[in-house]
Amino acid sequence: MRRLLIATLLVSAAAIGYEILLMRVLSIVQWHHFAYMIISLALLGYGASGTFIAVLRRHIEPRFETAFATSALLFSVAMLVCYIVAQRVPFNALEIIWDPGQFANLSVLYLVFFIPFFFAAGCIGMAFTCRSDDASRIYFFDLFGAGLGAVLIIALLFAVSPQIALVLLALLPLLGSVLVASTLPSRLPLGTVQLAWLLLLAFGVPQAQLELRISEYKGLSQALEVIDSRILGQSSSPLGLVTVVDSPSVPIRHAPGLSFATRHIPPEQLAVFTDADGMSAITRYDGEPVSVAYLGDMTAALPFALLDDPAVLILGAGAGTDVLMSLYHGARRIDAVELNPQMTALVAETWADFAGHIYEDPRVTVHTGEARGFVAKHDAAYDLIQIGLLDSFGASGAGVQALNESYIYTVEAIAAYLDDLAPGGMLAITRWIKLPPRDSVKLVATAIEALRQSGVKEPGQRFAMIRSWNTSTLLVSNRDFTTQDIERIRTFARSRSFDTAWFPGMRAEDANRYNRLPEPYIYGATVALLSEDAGSFLDRYKFHVAPATDNRPYFFHFFRWRTLPEVMALRKAGGAGLIEWGYLVLVATLVQAAVLGLVLILLPLSLVRQAWPAGTGRQFGFYFLLLGLAFLFVEMAFIQKFILFLSNPLYSVAVVLSGFLLFAGLGSASSERLAQRLPWPGVSPVTVAVAAIAALALLYVLLLPSVFGRFIGLADPAKIVLSLALIAPLAFFMGMPFPLGLKRLSGSAPAFVPWAWGINGFASVVSAVLGTLLAIEFGFNAVIVTALVFYGLAAWDEALSRSR
Amino acid sequence: MRALLLCVLLFAMPAMAEGDYAALRASLVDEVRTYAGYAGDAPFSDDVLATLGRVERHLFVPAGQVRYAYENRPLPIGHGQTISQPYIVALMTDLLEPDKSDVVLEVGTGSGYQAAVLAELVDHVYSIEIIEPLATAAGERLQRLGYDSVTTKLGDGYYGWEAHAPFDSIIVTAAASHVPPPLIEQLKPGGRMVIPVGGRFMTQLLLLLEKGDDGEIVTRQIGAVRFVPLTGEH
Repeated sequence: MRRLLIATLLVSAAAIGYEILLMRVLSIVQWHHFAYMIISLALLGYGASGTFIAVLRRHIEPRFETAFATSALLFSVAMLVCYIVAQRVPFNALEIIWDPGQFANLSVLYLVFFIPFFFAAGCIGMAFTCRSDDASRIYFFDLFGAGLGAVLIIALLFAVSPQIALVLLALLPLLGSVLVASTLPSRLPLGTVQLAWLLLLAFGVPQAQLELRISEYKGLSQALEVIDSRILGQSSSPLGLVTVVDSPSVPIRHAPGLSFATRHIPPEQLAVFTDADGMSAITRYDGEPVSVAYLGDMTAALPFALLDDPAVLILGAGAGTDVLMSLYHGARRIDAVELNPQMTALVAETWADFAGHIYEDPRVTVHTGEARGFVAKHDAAYDLIQIGLLDSFGASGAGVQALNESYIYTVEAIAAYLDDLAPGGMLAITRWIKLPPRDSVKLVATAIEALRQSGVKEPGQRFAMIRSWNTSTLLVSNRDFTTQDIERIRTFARSRSFDTAWFPGMRAEDANRYNRLPEPYIYGATVALLSEDAGSFLDRYKFHVAPATDNRPYFFHFFRWRTLPEVMALRKAGGAGLIEWGYLVLVATLVQAAVLGLVLILLPLSLVRQAWPAGTGRQFGFYFLLLGLAFLFVEMAFIQKFILFLSNPLYSVAVVLSGFLLFAGLGSASSERLAQRLPWPGVSPVTVAVAAIAALALLYVLLLPSVFGRFIGLADPAKIVLSLALIAPLAFFMGMPFPLGLKRLSGSAPAFVPWAWGINGFASVVSAVLGTLLAIEFGFNAVIVTALVFYGLAAWDEALSRSR
Repeated sequence: MRALLLCVLLFAMPAMAEGDYAALRASLVDEVRTYAGYAGDAPFSDDVLATLGRVERHLFVPAGQVRYAYENRPLPIGHGQTISQPYIVALMTDLLEPDKSDVVLEVGTGSGYQAAVLAELVDHVYSIEIIEPLATAAGERLQRLGYDSVTTKLGDGYYGWEAHAPFDSIIVTAAASHVPPPLIEQLKPGGRMVIPVGGRFMTQLLLLLEKGDDGEIVTRQIGAVRFVPLTGEH
């Protein structure tokens, strides 16, 4: 039994590791939102495996070990083979609105990635089915393995390329297969295949087969098409694949929103791509400010026209452009924060000569970390907080970031930045401009809300915005703008052919002079947002531009259902660019998952001969469906809440996810003991567990903000320990309802166990997608409350069935 | 089995006759004309639409895409590039207000289709492409099809084409992070420049840059589609 449990752990670790790895790989070769859809649907393999086992249960049970070992071996093989096959599917996400054939390619991708997850889940489902007496221990090893897998893959991705990580991961289920097969009396046939596969993994996988085949429409591929361009270096981590490209014949010149009136051309640059897209640039600097004079002619330079020798905080230093801009304008001190240490290393080490050693300048200090965490921890009074363009126009273009949470542009964030400013200091945020305007209007709405919440009576006096044809820069201050400020803003804009979009006292005729929009949209929107009519304006606007908050941190979500028909109708008349993809893909994923779930689980369930007492299907099916939905809802909502506290999305996912899985595993392992020792006769242990979950979750919703506020200044290790301590009790109880249910089921209707596993697997897939949709529409607290309702219904369902 | 035979027959059919292509082009022009009103100001000029009806788009797309050549959609041409949606080609051409005596610079030859359309309407087109295989293929194609008034070269479009400057209009078919100052310099006073902005398959908007007689630059951002009012019915 011990070998089986360890094998379960290995398979489970490999499955979650593979999922995270695929997300990484697909984000590099394709785009993040499609990666999300492909993997969500592939995970339906979990549900389908339940159906498969249920149908073949009688054949599997007598040869359980052989079946487990074979399935684990096939999982290992499929991990590699499916990865290689999938890279050869000519799917082009960008063409999907034009070419129906792309849907066929997409379906092939679903199917290909479905296979490994089917075998992985097959192992665990068979273990539950054939060893159902040990459900709680199996569940512990399953969850614990998943937790380990999440930590392992993140560590692996820091150490090696995704390709090597894939080969190493494939060893885990192979080892699991060997462990279980070693208990068999006749091991030869299976053992031979295992050995052959091991040798192939160790020596025989040609690197060329594993190469990432990046879409030809991604920025990196396009840059490499240019004559004489070449890759100078590449480094990979869970935060992204960073590639440096040089183009000697056709120099790279990245200067978003550079003024038409400028006489300065950017000097030589190196392009830096993250995940093969999202270009930024390292600029050659020879120490002569005049060589980078172009930096004075971008909208982002506006704050320097108002502030003399400022102390600057740069959030998102990227490839160093904003630091260079601050140096060029004579900042007296610069703190630069960058999340990705690889990015910092490019400017600080690898290309330090090229970049003019700007990070060694005594005025500059570079910090690795996340923006909000840094601001919360440090209360140095800055004259300027600068947030530059952190994403490419392409990425921000068609709403593909809609699913990305961003805590940089929320109401609470802006309030925190303003708090960190010296008296008279400025916050400057630069964004791409879209037409019709979205980002810029939402940013203004967010600033107004933050100022109002800080008690400012006339927020319109405290911000200004200018724009070029493709960028806008918003300035927000903690005091009213003076007449002198306004004059400087106007002069700066006029001399560079930039337009003013708002300043205190602005009139309509001051807008739309140089870069003419069909109407002065942003000025008009600002006037409306400052008026009594703001709520109705937000309701009526064709895109979602209400401020993002920490509870709903979806700044890039602009989608509105009622705008969709109009945009779709205009697709052929050039309107395709207006389709907000991210949200639509999410909805499409949910619909497909639900339909496929019905086909793969409910339909077969209704067709097979039912070898269980009447009512089992409805009662237990409902129970495991609710548990699957609720568990992931809680988990994903708390991962988000801890992202802010741990100041790093990676730490947060690793700590919270593995914490949840580990403590839920412990809860599972303790569930039977709890059931036996309950002091209240007649009270179900499920009811007790659910009551504890509800009490703890609600307590956290209420108390976490103040706990986080109090302890955010602690060192990272201390914060990780505190986070785990907070997660432990909640996760512990969340680990109980599933094995308790399985235990009861194994007594009353063992034939239903694999169905329960399948339904739970299906619910988990739907839950991840539905949870994100709920969070976008109503916020994370609503997701938690919904989960508690689901848990409550499950407990009620269980209590009812016990009383019968 | 019968279905299979039918499929085989379908693929074995001879290539479409020229007349069929002409009919497809005519219906494409009709479609583009229908949508033209959406772009805002005015319908497209008859000259632009007539040109769209003449230039054989199917000769500018890769073999596998020929059957879609007269659909109103962008098509991949390899190397991560596309041939623009005919509607967008019409709109960009129309925005340049081409005149028979004009000398036009194109940055980004791609398949050569846009250059061919312009060549029918202006005196001469100079076109630069940075991707070598595309530059070579487009150059040969344009020559073969008799577009003698198009001159192409492989190279960096950022600095324009000094030897033939100034230009009456400039069309930049690949969006950049900024408008190259040398191109603005090479634009004649009173000249126009058009730049599409957005992804390869999804043009977000067109930037129309006009250089006044005094050299002052004014741009207009033209949503590819008419999309007002923004706040619903007033």
